[in-house]
Amino acid sequence: MLDLAKLARIEISDAEAEKLSREFDAILGYVSEVKEVVPEQHSNILKNVGVFNVMREDANPHESGIYTEKILNEAPARQDNFIKVKKIL
Amino acid sequence: MTPEEIRIKDKDIHAFLEVFEDAKPYGDGPLSGKTIAIKDNILFEGHKASAASKILENFIAPYDATVVKKLKASGAMIIGRTNCDEFAMGSSTENSAYGVAKNPHDLERVAGGSSGGSAAAVAGGMAELALGSDTGGSIRQPAALCGVVGLKPTYGRVSRYGLIALASSFDQIGPFAKTVFEVEMLYNVIKGQDPMDSTTITHETYPVRKEFSKTIGIPRAFVESEGISAEVKENFAGAVKKFEDLGYKVKEVALPNLKYVLPVYYIIMPAEASSNLARFDGIKYGMHKDGKDVIEDYFKTRGAGFGPEVRRRIILGTYVLSSGYYDEYYGKAAEARQLITKELRELFENVDLMLTPTTPSPAWKVGEKSQSPLEMYLEDIFTVHANISGCPAISLPSGFAGKLPLGIELTADLGREDNLFAAGKDFLNES
Repeated sequence: MLDLAKLARIEISDAEAEKLSREFDAILGYVSEVKEVVPEQHSNILKNVGVFNVMREDANPHESGIYTEKILNEAPARQDNFIKVKKIL
Repeated sequence: MTPEEIRIKDKDIHAFLEVFEDAKPYGDGPLSGKTIAIKDNILFEGHKASAASKILENFIAPYDATVVKKLKASGAMIIGRTNCDEFAMGSSTENSAYGVAKNPHDLERVAGGSSGGSAAAVAGGMAELALGSDTGGSIRQPAALCGVVGLKPTYGRVSRYGLIALASSFDQIGPFAKTVFEVEMLYNVIKGQDPMDSTTITHETYPVRKEFSKTIGIPRAFVESEGISAEVKENFAGAVKKFEDLGYKVKEVALPNLKYVLPVYYIIMPAEASSNLARFDGIKYGMHKDGKDVIEDYFKTRGAGFGPEVRRRIILGTYVLSSGYYDEYYGKAAEARQLITKELRELFENVDLMLTPTTPSPAWKVGEKSQSPLEMYLEDIFTVHANISGCPAISLPSGFAGKLPLGIELTADLGREDNLFAAGKDFLNES
C-alpha cells in the first residue's frame, strides 16, 4: 500500500495504509465480479456508437499575454513571468 | 432573496460554499430574471472554485467555463457556488472539505451527492436553478433525495471546458430545477458543440432511430437487486402504475450485464481520476507544502491537500492501472462497458425509455454510511449505467417516504433528451 501511495505521489501514514489495505480488500473483492463477464468475439461495438474526437483548428490563438497575470497569480511561487520550481538536478 | 437572506436560510443547510456579493445579470435572454447556483467545480472568472477541496482552497478561476459564458449570455444571475463532495467524489457531500450539506427536508440527513449543495439550494428555495456535474449519478441522486428534478445529458451534449475533471469518459454537466420545464429551459441554454471540448456532439451525432411511442422498459431483475428498501420498491410500483394510467406501455426487459455496472464504474472512474488529479502538484496552482526537494513537495502537498476519499480513489486507480493488474481490472471493465452499452442501445430500439428508481433508499442520516466506502459506493447502483453508456437520464420526484423525498429515473437512448422531457412532463402533470 505504501508503494502504491508512493506511485500516486501521496504521503500517507502507516495507520492509513493499513486502513486502506482492509478497505481495498472489500472494494477489489466486489469489483472483481467484472471478471465473470463473457466478452463477445471480436467486440468492436464502440465503433458503432458514433463517438469520435473533433479537434479544433490549431489557429486563432488568443492575444498573447492576456492570461499571464491571472495564471501566474495562482502559482504558489513565481519569479518574473515564470513559475518558480526547485532545482531538479 | 438577497445574499444576506440566503446566508441566513443556508445556515442550517450549508448548500453554499459562497454566496456572491456581486451577483448580477450579464446579458438578456431566456433566463433573464432567474437565479442560478453553480457547483464549486465549475469555473466562473474572478471567483473561487475549490471543488470543495483544501488543495484548491484559494484558487481563483482565471477564465469562464463554457457553461458560465452561456449562462451570462442567457441573462441568468449566478448567485453562488455550491457545496459538493471533494472533486465530486461521493454520494452525500460528507467528503466536502468544508462540511456536509444537509437535506432541506430533514436537517439530520444528507442532501446526497456529489452535487448535494446544488440540489439543496433548489429544494430549499435559495436558487431557482442550479448546475451540477454527474460522473456516476452526482446530479440525479441528490435531486432524488432532495425532491427536485435533475438531468444528466447525453455524454458530449454539454461542454466540460472549465469543469474540474473527475473521470473524463463519464463527466457531464447538467441542470437542476423544481420542474421539468425549467430543467429543459436551462438544458437548452447550456448544450451545444464547443471547439474547446472535443468530445462535444452535434444534433447529427446520434440520428433518431425510433419515433417516440410512449413505451417504457423495466429491467425487473435489476430493480429488485439486493439492498433496495421497501419504501423505494413500493414507491416505484406506484410510479409504474402512474405511467400506465397516463397511457404508457410498460414492459419487462432483461439486460443481463446490467448487474456489472458498479464493478465497471468503480474500476474505470478511479483509474481516470488518478490520471486527472495528477495535475495537482503544488507547483502550477493551489496549495503548496514544502519538502526537502521537488518530489517530497509532491508527497507533502498531495498528502495534506487531498481528503481521505480522494486519496483512496487515486490510490485505487493507481492500483487498477498498474502493470500486472491492468488487464485483470481495467481491461475487463472496458470490455464489460462495451457490453452494457450495447445492451442499452439494443433496448432503445424497442422502447423509448428505461425506468428504475433513482436511489436504493431515501436520504440517510449524516455519518450513517461514512465508515464503509463500499456501502457508500452501492448507493450509485441505479445511476452509473447512464455514465457508462453515455445515455441521458433524468430523476423525477415521485413522492415521499415519511417526510423524505424519493425519485424515479428515466434513461433514454443517446441523444434523446426530448423523450425524457416528454415523459417527465407527463409524469409530473406539467403538460
